[in-house]
Amino acid sequence: MTEPGGTVGFAAGATGREAAATLEAGFALQTGGLADGPLLGLPLTELWYGLVFFILGTFLFLDGFDFGVGAIFVTRSEGSAREQLLAAIGPFWDGNEVWLVVFGGALFAAFPAVYANLFSRHYLLMFAILGALIVRGLAPEMYEQRHDETWQRWWGRAFVVGSVAAPLFLGIFAGNWLLGSTALVSLPSLVVGVALVALSTAGGAAFLGLKTRGRLQQETAAYGPKALVAYLALVVVAVGYLFATRPDLRGDLLSPVALGLVGASVVLGAGYVVAMRRESYVGALAATAGLTYGLVALVAALLYPVIDPVAGLTVADAIVSTLPLNLMSIGAALLLPLIFAYFVVLYAAFWGPVEEGEGYAGE
Amino acid sequence: MIEPALASRLQFALTTIVHIIFPVMSMGLAPFLVYFTWKDIRTGEPIYEQLRRFWTKIFAISFVVGTVTGIVLEFEFGTNFAAFSTAAGELFGGPLAVEGMMAFMLEATFLGIFVFGRERVGNVLYMISAVAVALGTWLSAVWILIANSWMQTPRGYELVTENGQMIVSLVDPIAAYANPRFPWMYVHMQNAAVLSVALFMAGVAAYHLFRHYHWEYPVDHPQFWEKTLKIALVVLIITAPFQVLHGDAYGRHVAETQPQKFAAMEAVWETESYVPEYIIAVPTNLEDLTNPRAKEIFGIGIPGGASWLASGGDPSAEIIGLNEFETEAPPVAIVFWSFRIMVGLGFWFVLLAFWAGYRWWRGQLLEDDLLHKSLMASSLLGILAVEVGWIVTEVGRQPWVIQGVMKTADGVSPGLTGFEATLTLVSFAAVYLGLLALYSYVVFRIVRAGPPSITPEAPETDVVREETGAGPTPAGGDDD
Ligand code: HDD
Ligand code: HEM
Ligand code: HEM
Repeated sequence: MTEPGGTVGFAAGATGREAAATLEAGFALQTGGLADGPLLGLPLTELWYGLVFFILGTFLFLDGFDFGVGAIFVTRSEGSAREQLLAAIGPFWDGNEVWLVVFGGALFAAFPAVYANLFSRHYLLMFAILGALIVRGLAPEMYEQRHDETWQRWWGRAFVVGSVAAPLFLGIFAGNWLLGSTALVSLPSLVVGVALVALSTAGGAAFLGLKTRGRLQQETAAYGPKALVAYLALVVVAVGYLFATRPDLRGDLLSPVALGLVGASVVLGAGYVVAMRRESYVGALAATAGLTYGLVALVAALLYPVIDPVAGLTVADAIVSTLPLNLMSIGAALLLPLIFAYFVVLYAAFWGPVEEGEGYAGE
Repeated sequence: MIEPALASRLQFALTTIVHIIFPVMSMGLAPFLVYFTWKDIRTGEPIYEQLRRFWTKIFAISFVVGTVTGIVLEFEFGTNFAAFSTAAGELFGGPLAVEGMMAFMLEATFLGIFVFGRERVGNVLYMISAVAVALGTWLSAVWILIANSWMQTPRGYELVTENGQMIVSLVDPIAAYANPRFPWMYVHMQNAAVLSVALFMAGVAAYHLFRHYHWEYPVDHPQFWEKTLKIALVVLIITAPFQVLHGDAYGRHVAETQPQKFAAMEAVWETESYVPEYIIAVPTNLEDLTNPRAKEIFGIGIPGGASWLASGGDPSAEIIGLNEFETEAPPVAIVFWSFRIMVGLGFWFVLLAFWAGYRWWRGQLLEDDLLHKSLMASSLLGILAVEVGWIVTEVGRQPWVIQGVMKTADGVSPGLTGFEATLTLVSFAAVYLGLLALYSYVVFRIVRAGPPSITPEAPETDVVREETGAGPTPAGGDDD
């Protein structure tokens, strides 16, 4: 596939009335200093590169445990247990999913060419992700609309399929991005996808540890350590495969950053298992957060300074010009703290296990 | 295989046309919910709790479907219009990113509390969540409409070559984001959303009241529906005339800033003055339908009306004909007829509002069967007016994706194949049709089940107790 690099056909010599508008636009106000250089002399390009991956990681962690709850949902057949699982994520999943929207927006705003290249190159994969998210988002809401068995069986299945497919496709996407693969799926990207499903499941188990009690809690939490071991094994496979087949990445893989991240993942993985054993579910959930950020950071570190390997774009090539970058940085600096505050309020309001009769529909 | 450019346009059209339904519902419902929550907390009257809970259910489902369809749009600029995104990302990406951080985050987090948290949080935080959700929905419209209005009246940019590629570079953010179209669009859109929801509420209320009083079919809580109808009518009486007055002035602004679009809205091919405005245009043959021409169309026209609209009061004003522009005309028939439908509906809503207001004033609100039937029939027409209004805006802008700057055909992803584009278009058509059917089904069930009965320990419960003896409806409406 070709990249959108060719001639972008502009209205060369817009005529008549249109020209007037374009000309008028040319007379711009001076934007006091913001166009001259990066704000406070900060390395904004690198900060935004980091921020975009941080947002992606936050999405994968937060919505990850929702996906995990969806995967664990398949193991529950009793109505009341299923209701509790849905009630557990009910107030949270929408807020969690907005991180994906913000990821898209931030990538578009900071690295428009990457947003355009990456998403159009992985055209069908993107729509597969979106399709999975549609099904996953809709299913719990629909599940609660009717209380007959067939209806709930089918929406229950849809919920599971969406919850498993979303991290799978997202992982494939991340793998393709890193490896510069243009195929729909490749073996290594599939491994990353499955790894993400496993990590999500581990997150979901820890989250359910916090939100449920009694037998349900014991049984669902038991999936966590298994999923986590699978995750670590898959990461080792993926890294080993890269080492063997991609000599160009060997240097990066042996860099202190990459080695440190892999090492930290193993430590965090052990921490997760211990925490789950001790029923310290907050700790276990925090460990999955660390693991998710670690995975994303590994991808970011292996890519850097390139941001889109297929198009050969480096971070410096792809960054927007100074003025919009400065504006976006001001916007993000003001808004991100507020967003954290919203999440604190939300999670505090729903802290503790799902209460009796706390249905999904909020009735 | 449909060629990629056409398939992408059709797909974008389809996905936005479906998406906009849900934001209209949530943006329009938001102020009502703030009011109901406020009254519920302040007065403790059970009817406000019922109002809040009933309409929150519809809000919640609209929000979920709005979210899942909105995420698709957020990525579609990249997947299908990569050349446009690369070229215009500097101006266009910022508003989308800020929309996510400023509006969606606020909305989606506090919605969790608003929908699920009544028992978990105190009154103050609950009220704050209601306001935050409403604010979030209205702010998201700010940013998305900034992005769209900039494509209609681009300002504050410069064309530069970067890495051998032309891009639209931001030079003056204030001129770009506070572009001339934005305030028009925002006011027209938000008023349209509230108006559409008022129509929907009135239609739903009329349905229950009609069943109750006319068919004498026992309906739970007729007072609930009467209250709903009255609240909706107050809002309708304010918003419907405002929309028409505002639309009139808006038309003038479009004539000034996008003369080619305006000519298409009026189907004027040759430059002329004293152009009539056909309020009711009747296609007398197929040709009129597919290729309307102002001069030849049969209808009830206000002489000089279109000229008057374009100039702000001068019936002799000249309208520049489509033949005079060097770029090809947009699909005139779609723009012309969509505009007629919107304007016609606008006048119909005013009539409906005054009719209902008059009946109410005479104390006959519940007696006019024809009024109730009209309200029922009009419950979805607000949304229809929004759709055709957007079609005027977007199709009328063609062939430009950014007016006067970049053509739509040049904005499409270069690597996209006809196979991929057709495959996703067909899948979307199927999935979105299913989505609409599902949404309609669920909303219909919620509407039919009616409001929840409020538990007896509330202070003035006798107000809502029913004479029907049908017993309280189960809260979830899961009766079959
Ligand atoms: C309930 C819905 C509704 C109603 C009754 C009307 N409109 Fe409207 N109209 C819309 C809903 C709408 C909208 C929300 O769909 C649009 C699309 C973009 C926008 O800003 O608002 C729109 C756009 C729109 C445009 C701009 C097109 C553009 O930007 O290119 C004009 C000139 C009008 N309208 C004029 C009118 C007039 C003269 C009306 C009545 C007599 C009217 N509208 C009633
Ligand atoms: C939600 C209400 C909207 C509706 C119903 C709507 C409808 C449409 C339609 C019918 C088209 C196809 C026009 C054609 O190709 O002939 C279109 C194209 C497009 N619209 Fe919108 N639109 C809406 C809002 C927006 C907004 C808010 C934006 C930008 C932020 C936007 C950006 C675009 C773009 C980029 C295209 C593709 C290029 C083009 O065909 O011009 N639209 N839209
Ligand atoms: C074509 C351009 C559009 C894009 C890219 C877009 C994007 C999105 C996205 C990503 C969401 C989901 C946010 C979440 O996860 O909470 C969403 C929802 C929403 N959108 Fe759009 N949207 C478009 C058009 C519009 C228009 C024209 C309006 C209104 C004027 C609008 C208003 C809303 C609102 C209020 C929501 C919140 C969800 C809801 O209330 O249903 N959008 N949109």
